[in-house]
Amino acid sequence: MVVQHPKIAFRDLKVRYGEKTALEGINLEVAKNEILGIIGPAGSGKTSLLRVLNRTLQNTPGAKVTGDVRIDGEDIHRMRDVSGLRRRIGMVAPLPVGLPMSVYDNVAFAPRMAGVTDKKVLDGVVERCLRQAALWEEVEKRLGDLGTKLSGGQQQRLTIARALSHSPEILCLDEFSIAIDPVTTMRIEEVLKELRKHMTIFLVTNLVQQARRLADRTAFLLLGELVEVGPTEEVFGRNPRDRRTFDYVHGIFG
Amino acid sequence: MSREEVEGAGANPGAELGTGLGPRLGRSPARQRLHRAKELLIETVIRVCGVSAVIFVFGIFYFVFREAAPLLFGGLDLGELLTSGEWYPDSDNPRYGAFALIAGTLAVTLLAMLIAVPLGLGAAIFVSEFSRGRTREILKIVIELLAAIPSVVWGFIGLVIMNPLIIDLFDTPVGLNVLNGAILLALMSVPIIVSIGEDALKAVPDTYREAAEAMGATRWQVTWRVLLPAARNGLLAAVLLGVGRAVGETMAVLMATGHSVNVPDSPLDSVRTITATIASELGETAQGSDHYRVLFVLGSLLFLITFLVNLTADLVIRGFKRR
Ligand SMILES: Nc1ncnc2c1ncn2[C@@H]1O[C@H](COP(=O)(O)OP(=O)(O)O)[C@@H](O)[C@H]1O
Ligand SMILES: [Mg+2]
Repeated sequence: MVVQHPKIAFRDLKVRYGEKTALEGINLEVAKNEILGIIGPAGSGKTSLLRVLNRTLQNTPGAKVTGDVRIDGEDIHRMRDVSGLRRRIGMVAPLPVGLPMSVYDNVAFAPRMAGVTDKKVLDGVVERCLRQAALWEEVEKRLGDLGTKLSGGQQQRLTIARALSHSPEILCLDEFSIAIDPVTTMRIEEVLKELRKHMTIFLVTNLVQQARRLADRTAFLLLGELVEVGPTEEVFGRNPRDRRTFDYVHGIFG
Repeated sequence: MSREEVEGAGANPGAELGTGLGPRLGRSPARQRLHRAKELLIETVIRVCGVSAVIFVFGIFYFVFREAAPLLFGGLDLGELLTSGEWYPDSDNPRYGAFALIAGTLAVTLLAMLIAVPLGLGAAIFVSEFSRGRTREILKIVIELLAAIPSVVWGFIGLVIMNPLIIDLFDTPVGLNVLNGAILLALMSVPIIVSIGEDALKAVPDTYREAAEAMGATRWQVTWRVLLPAARNGLLAAVLLGVGRAVGETMAVLMATGHSVNVPDSPLDSVRTITATIASELGETAQGSDHYRVLFVLGSLLFLITFLVNLTADLVIRGFKRR
C-alpha cells in the first residue's frame, strides 16, 4: 500500500547491535494524522524502530543504522540539529521516567531547554499538556511535588504530558500501558483519540486489542522483519496476508 | 551474582548472611553440615574484620588522646592555643599558640580546593558523560595512576619543579609557599574527586539521560539540568573526601610550603601546617614533655577535623544511596 505524501517514510531500514541484527529490510510509510499500531512479540525490534526515529539509538554503543528515514521528505540523518529533530517527536517509554524534579518542572523541561523563559508561557504549556494527558485535575494542587511521588498511572500520564510539551508533530508511545491499570489505560486511549487530530501517532503495544481499538493501520513485526502492514481491520480479520499474522493476532503463538 | 542465586536467597530466608547460598534440596545431610560450617567460618572472619576496623579507629583516637589529655586538662590555655600566633615551643618561656599553624592549614586546604573542585568535577563529568571507549579507559587509568603517586614524590615535585617555576612566574624570592602546597594537594585530591564523582554520575539511571535527550535537550543541558542535580549528594561527598585528603596530608606540604610559622596574607607567603609541624617536631621532643603533649593536642584536633569531614561525606553518600 502506498501512502500519498507520507509524513514518515522508512526505506530499507536496517538496525544492528554489534553483530546482531535487530531490524532488517523495513519499508514503511506513515500518513499524517494516522495512528499506526505496531505489534509483535518482545525482541521484535519495536523499540529500536522508535529509537531510530528520534535518533537516540545513536547513543547506544555498537548500534548501527543503515537505510533511509524521512520526515516530510527530509532525511533525518542529514539533519544537523538533532535536538530540533527530537523536539518534533514526543516519546513515551514503557516505564514512566519521572525526571527527579517537580511535576511542573517535568512538563516545563522541554520548553525551557528550547529557550522559553516567560513564566506565563510556561504556565500555559504546563496546564495545556497536563489537561491533554488527563492529569490536570489530579495534580493541579501539587505541581510543586516531586514527579516521582505520583502513582504509577499518574507518572505515566506525566510522561505523556511531557512528551506533548514541545508540541510534537509525531507522538511515539512504547507499550505505555505496561505498568498501569486498565482504567487509566482506557482514559489515555480516549486522550489519544483526541490527539490524533493534531499529530501522527506510533502506538507500539503489547496488547494487540489496543491496536485493534485505536490504530488506523497496524504493522506486525517479528524478529526484526516487517511481516505485514495494512488496515487494522484487515490485519485483525480472517484473512491477513501472512499466516503468521493470523497466528499472532489470535494468540496461537506469542 | 546470578539471578538464580538471588532468588535462592530470597526463597530461603533462614539462610545465614554471607554467601547467600542456602542449602538446596537433594543435598546429603553431611554435605549440608559441611556447607553450614563453611558459611559460619566465612561469616565469623568477615565479622572479625569489620569489628577490628572499628577497634582500630577508636584505638588510634584513644592513644592520641591519651598522650594529649594530661596537658589538655592540666594547664594548657586552650584559648591561647587556638587564637595566638606565637608558637615558641622550645624557648625558656614556651608559648603554644597554634593559630598560625591552623591558618596555614586552612589556607593551603582552601586554595587547594579552589583548584581541585572545578578540575575534579570537570574531569568527572568529562569521563562519565563526554568520553567513550578508548579515551575513557585511558583517562581512568591515568587518573588512578595519579592517585598512586606517593606523597613524598609530590613533595619532591614541589621542591624541584614548582619552586623555581613559581619564583620565575611571580617574581618572588621563594617558591615554597601556600600556592605551591595547594597545587600539590589539589593534584592529590583530584583523583579522589574524579573517581567518586564519576561513580555518583554513573549512579544516575540512563533512562534520565534518554528521557531528557528525547525532549530535545543537548548533552550539556542534560548534564547541567538533570545529571548534576540528580547526583548532587554524591558529588558533594566526592568534594568532602577530597578535602579530607587535603587536610590530613603531611609530606608534600612539609616539603613544599616553606616551613615558616606565619599567618599568610597572600598565596605567595610561606606557611607551616599542623601536619608538617607534628611530623617535624615530634621526633625532637622528650616523651611526656609539654611540647610533646601539645603536639598530640594538635593531632587530636586534626583527627577531629578529618573525622568530621569524612563523617559528613559518609552521611551525604548514605543519603544519596537511599534515594
Ligand atoms: N542496547 C542494545 N544492545 C544490544 N542489543 C539490543 C539492545 N537493544 C535491543 N537489542 C536487541 O535488539 C532486538 C530488538 O529489541 P527491541 O527493539 O527492544 O525489541 P522490542 O521493543 O520489540 O521488544 C532484541 O533482540 C534485543 O535483544
Ligand atoms: Mg520494547
